[in-house]
Amino acid sequence: MRGVFDIIGPIMIGPSSSHTAGAVRIGLMARKILGEEPLQATIELHGSFAQTYKGHGTDKAIVAGIMGFATDDERIKDALSIAVSNGLKYQINTTDLGDVHPNTAVVYLIGKSGRMTRIVGTSVGGGNIRITNIDGYDVELTGQYHTLISIHHDRPGVITKVTSVLSKYKINIAFMRVSRKSRGAEALMIIEVDEQIPDDVLEETKQVRGVANSFRIPPI
Amino acid sequence: MIKFKNIQELIALANEKKVAIYDIVVQYEAETSQVPVDKVINTMKQNWQVMREAVESGIQNEGKSASGLVGGDAKKVNDYLGDNGKSYAGSMPLKVAAYALAVSEVNAVMGRIVACPTAGSCGILPAAVLAGAQQKNCDEDAILHALFTASGIGMVIAQNASIAGAEGGCQAECGSAAGMAAAALVELAGGTPEQVGQAVALALKNLLGLVCDPVAGLVEVPCVKRNGFAAVHAMLAADMALAGIESVIPVDEVIDAMYKIGLALPKSLRETSEEGLANTPTARAIEKNLYGKAE
Repeated sequence: MRGVFDIIGPIMIGPSSSHTAGAVRIGLMARKILGEEPLQATIELHGSFAQTYKGHGTDKAIVAGIMGFATDDERIKDALSIAVSNGLKYQINTTDLGDVHPNTAVVYLIGKSGRMTRIVGTSVGGGNIRITNIDGYDVELTGQYHTLISIHHDRPGVITKVTSVLSKYKINIAFMRVSRKSRGAEALMIIEVDEQIPDDVLEETKQVRGVANSFRIPPI
Repeated sequence: MIKFKNIQELIALANEKKVAIYDIVVQYEAETSQVPVDKVINTMKQNWQVMREAVESGIQNEGKSASGLVGGDAKKVNDYLGDNGKSYAGSMPLKVAAYALAVSEVNAVMGRIVACPTAGSCGILPAAVLAGAQQKNCDEDAILHALFTASGIGMVIAQNASIAGAEGGCQAECGSAAGMAAAALVELAGGTPEQVGQAVALALKNLLGLVCDPVAGLVEVPCVKRNGFAAVHAMLAADMALAGIESVIPVDEVIDAMYKIGLALPKSLRETSEEGLANTPTARAIEKNLYGKAE
């Protein structure tokens, strides 16, 4: 059974939980995954997003999320002009991604250090989202949990070592998923956990042999 | 642990413990989300604050939505209401309709609302509760009790039927919201748990089969005005229940029927904007004008 505040809630900017609030959260997740202030954004809207984005303010919502606005921020409707004055360059395109969920967007971001990321996000209803791809890796990320993402060399033992760091700090794993581009190549692991991930934990996972990088994403 | 899987069980729990439905709902939420009761109540308080602000700003709104299709109607009804003696329906129904239009318009113009249960049906519950509380001079505690009662009802509907237009049509959104609002109004009036259940059954029954056919795929036509109608509808259902009317079909069977009707509705009438009002010549012309192409 859903909770009380799934029925009365969330507090959000209208008009649509899927096309506005969910879109803000896709932008927010893209920002968190980039991990720094974005300077450039290219947004591709697919399906129903592409068709109705003007009426639902989906474009404004994603840009608002990229700037770090929450789903109940009244500045969302002015997000495009705020982006211009904040120096965030954005471009909105419509696209056809084929047989994917109708409320899907691709967000490319370039940050102030030059770091780039490309994420695919889907708004699945009621403001809930799934990030389905990060930089070419198939993932499934809801943004509802504290998340640790590690990029590592695909070889035996790396995953155990990363999860043992979490276990040492008594962090409980809710969901996890590993994906790789090919055997023995670079792999990506997503671990959604119940507790906040402290700095020490993040640093220790980075020290694990075979881990190229790891970063954390707070819930949005 | 508090558990209920339908409204009958919710009512039975309240009666068994000699408390109100909202007590059970608050307790359930505190237990399952592992959040203290005062925090649960506080979150609802914040939601109520936003609901009230949406009524207050929406009733003054003269702005239009991005599509230009809606905006300014709450004010029209409110002004007409002020023009004494002119209306057929009288002040209470018009007031609750104006409030519901107000919140829905705030939603349409990208203002801040509380989804209850959805953004498309966000006007019905706040309108009913605010108008009801004003009439009965209720304090904030009573309002929060009404909202928790409504939420408990919505939780059961979401579990046993649906609250998504894409799954169950508009009966799942505005229908559910009307059921929740009727429950809240009975609670505000000091009705019994059984009367809460009757009000939900009455409100839901009369909106069964309602399809979701939004013009141009937007949460505007017929959604905004429908919120106004459904709020009045909820008030009537609450009054009927408080008058002692009983639904021949028990509330949980009504919810079950709603679920099955949702399954039977063609996809073209479940938020896809393929048929119904969305497929009228005027709607297609609006769509063409907005998006530059006809579907």
